[in-house]
Amino acid sequence: MPKSSQPVFLARRSYRRRRKMDAARLLPIGGAVIFMLPVAWEPASTPVPDTARGLVYIFASWVMLILAALILARGLAPTYDEEETAEGSGVLRRRDAGGGAAPRATEPPPEE
Amino acid sequence: MPFNMLVAFCLLYVIMLFAVAYFAERRAQRGRLKFLHSPIIYTLSLSIYCTAWTFYGAVGYAARSGLEFVTIYLGPTLVFIGWWWILRKLVRIGRAQRVTSIADLISSRYGKSNSLGVIVTLMSVASATPYIALQLQSVTLSFGVFAADTPEFWVMSGQGEAALWIAGGLAVFTILFGTRNLDANERHHGVVMAIALEAVVKLVALVAVGVFVVWGLAGGVADVLDKVAASPIADWNLKPGRFAGLIFVSAAAILTLPRMFQVLVVENVSERHLATASWAFPAYLMMMSLFVLPIAVVGLERMPPGTNPDLFVLTLPLSEGQGKLALLAFLGGFSSATSMVIVAAIALATMVSNHIVTPLWLALRRQSVRESGDVRGLVLTSRRVSIAGVLAMGYTYYHLSGGSEALAAIGLIAFVGAAQVLPALLGGIFWRGATHVGARAGLLIGFAIWLYTLFLPSVGTSGWISASVMAEGLFGIDWLRPHALFGFTGLDPLLHALMWSLLLNTLAFLIFSMSSFPPPMERLQGLAFVNVFDQAPNARGWTRGQADAEDLLSMSQRILGVSEAQKFFQSEAAAQGKTGFLPDTTPEFITTLERELAGSVGAATAHAMIAQLSGGSSVSVQDLIAVAGEAAEIKEYSAQLEAKSEELARTARALREANDKLTELSVQKDAFLGQISHELRTPMTSIRAFSEILMEPDLPEEMRQKYGEIIHEEARRLTRLLDDLLDLSVLENRRVQLNIGAANLHDLLSKAVQAAGSTRPERKFRIERDPSVEHMAVFTDTDRLLQVFINLVSNARKYCDAELPKLRIEVRKRGPRVQIDFIDNGSGIPKKAQALIFEKFARLTDTSRAGGAGLGLAICREIMANLGGTIDYLPGQGGAAFRVTLPLRYSEAEARAVMEG
Repeated sequence: MPKSSQPVFLARRSYRRRRKMDAARLLPIGGAVIFMLPVAWEPASTPVPDTARGLVYIFASWVMLILAALILARGLAPTYDEEETAEGSGVLRRRDAGGGAAPRATEPPPEE
Repeated sequence: MPFNMLVAFCLLYVIMLFAVAYFAERRAQRGRLKFLHSPIIYTLSLSIYCTAWTFYGAVGYAARSGLEFVTIYLGPTLVFIGWWWILRKLVRIGRAQRVTSIADLISSRYGKSNSLGVIVTLMSVASATPYIALQLQSVTLSFGVFAADTPEFWVMSGQGEAALWIAGGLAVFTILFGTRNLDANERHHGVVMAIALEAVVKLVALVAVGVFVVWGLAGGVADVLDKVAASPIADWNLKPGRFAGLIFVSAAAILTLPRMFQVLVVENVSERHLATASWAFPAYLMMMSLFVLPIAVVGLERMPPGTNPDLFVLTLPLSEGQGKLALLAFLGGFSSATSMVIVAAIALATMVSNHIVTPLWLALRRQSVRESGDVRGLVLTSRRVSIAGVLAMGYTYYHLSGGSEALAAIGLIAFVGAAQVLPALLGGIFWRGATHVGARAGLLIGFAIWLYTLFLPSVGTSGWISASVMAEGLFGIDWLRPHALFGFTGLDPLLHALMWSLLLNTLAFLIFSMSSFPPPMERLQGLAFVNVFDQAPNARGWTRGQADAEDLLSMSQRILGVSEAQKFFQSEAAAQGKTGFLPDTTPEFITTLERELAGSVGAATAHAMIAQLSGGSSVSVQDLIAVAGEAAEIKEYSAQLEAKSEELARTARALREANDKLTELSVQKDAFLGQISHELRTPMTSIRAFSEILMEPDLPEEMRQKYGEIIHEEARRLTRLLDDLLDLSVLENRRVQLNIGAANLHDLLSKAVQAAGSTRPERKFRIERDPSVEHMAVFTDTDRLLQVFINLVSNARKYCDAELPKLRIEVRKRGPRVQIDFIDNGSGIPKKAQALIFEKFARLTDTSRAGGAGLGLAICREIMANLGGTIDYLPGQGGAAFRVTLPLRYSEAEARAVMEG
């Protein structure tokens, strides 16, 4: 497909959806950073035993990541195979279809 | 709790699992799939990640190494909350290509090469067998805990016998519910339902034990945290390398473990379920690990030293007299072990039957698949035998290793083994340059290093690798020591193996990929995998071959089953607009059929079988070019459409303009006729009136004289008007006869000024000229040009309304053309009238109509057009300004070009 078939500017809803995708992509990177932070705090060398603190830290950040993933999944799932609308146009462009129907002979449509 | 009762409960539980599986299958058969297809069931089925190694082992791990146990669950958490990156693509590919296992995915991506499928299958079996043995061991051990009261019985019946019973039971269950249908893409509803139930049981059990420990044995959360701080594992001995490495390896394993791939991709019904699993599965993992550390700490505090911490989940409630809780914990552990074994057996059996048994059988029979017998039965049987085989191997391994402590470490070792598929997997779905040569090199090297540095040493120095090799290296070469490759001695063995195997694996994969050239089939598959989200042209792998639809049908019947195959062929025929069972063997149809078959026997086998029927090789470079051509065609077609629609828009615009002009012209024509009649009537009226007066008999002579003059004057005006009209008509029709001659522009201008002097001679009028630039020869119709000049000068004299009227004549030479500007200092012409002044009968004010009929400028314009020049109104000059442009040397061709342009 020629590139020109993609809308250059997206309508508000599609724009928000794109940003949610961005967030969904960034979340695991943020998660990795959070989980690796204890390395910087070097619990092995602190005089006070840290397992209890580490326990609280790890599980608290874990819960937060799960909540963030929950919010993003809620935001992305309903629009999972919806159309993307160009800014200011009534024309709908189908994207990300597939999902339900068995993609047998037809190739799944494009992403971005 | 008496041991017999435990066995009874255990049997009851097993019967319940069978019943659940049975009813789920029944429900699915009746098409009531809503509940079975819910994202919750999907998420729960993923919980087979938490095996007995988690259920029992995590507590043991925590008791030994503190918080490090949590890394095994953090890795998968990151993969799941990052589902948008990898899992989404994997699931989409899995569904589009009807992938049956991870080996099938790899083999399909790299040109449907079965050798890769075999490599991945063997690697998977090698790393999963000890893992299955570990599950058997854990169940046996947990039985042993309860049998502690009646040691005689336990010793008599023997641990091995319990393991054998368990392995046998699992084999029966898996064969019953895991091989009901051949199509691996079809969900095993019974199995998935039973697993989901077991997932709930193990979570409830572990949380129950955790709650009992935290609020029953310890005094709540704060107390547990105090106990943690006071325990032997109070100091968090965080090793950054190990911490990061374990998170990484567990993240890799959740993608590459065959059993995880089975539930994650193969059994997936809808991509939407991933969205739910993306948070629900991490939440499940978090709940599973929440109470691990408290149980470990309290266990260490309360249990006598020397107790196996791996069994704290069981022994802690038992020693506190909580028999029922212990039973629940036992069932939880039992669930963890069995669900993992069931799914692992199904996944491995699919791989073995699709990549080893069926291809071997096809190769051995040697004859054409046309008359090969019942493939369906063969594959199902081989799958059943493989399930039994996998469990038998697990049992044998358990038996040979004698339930040694070494087994406990096997979990991570299996993870590292499974992770070897990661480079080929990720490279395959994200990089079109990945080739089967690279994948094979990477897999083999990674697998070899894993075997040498991790797996074989773990079996024990007595067995496969002698102590001398461990200490001095292979053949006495120091830098080949299994735990210190290349002399890296400081590393933890696991991390050491992980680093070297994956590093060299990836390196080999990249180097060999980059230096090899993939065959057409592989390039097609690479495109289909990497660009699965794009609207790529249908990557079809078959040219119209000699395949006979009837042969294909009979072959498909043997694989898909008679009614299934007929249904498929019928619907395909209907899609082609044909009736009956035999569609045309178009490339599209064959591709669809191949994919359908791939769902049952794997991509490589399906491809080989169809290749046999349709006569030899499938994809040639020409086909690749054709596919690319198709894409290019679509692109070109849409570009053409775009160009056409642009052209249409242009034409429409031109038509609209032409229409506007025509309408305007028609209006103009009407106005022109009206004007003409009016202009003709005015002098006619006065002529008629005065001639009537003249007809009076007694009119004085001077009156007669005066009226005669008036009549004469009016008649002249009429003639002039008619002359002008004729002139205009001739000019407009370009039929004018031009008298081309040479003249000095200066002289022409002087003549014009002189001739125009008669217009309003009473006004003092200044004319500014620069004679020095005016001297140049023009070669044109000088009389006509003079007519234009006179008109312009007399117009200025007539209409310039300044106090001291003044006309500036500027002459400029512009290449082969000359520009003459006539600029007066009056108030000029209002903007909206500027477009009109060159039209016929356009007069700005009625008051100054004394002169001509309003045809002057229209005639000027036509003359200039005939001379190959132009006359324009020049706005913004502080007064009325006209610019006359004409070629210095008249040429007919140029004049025509100007007129037509």
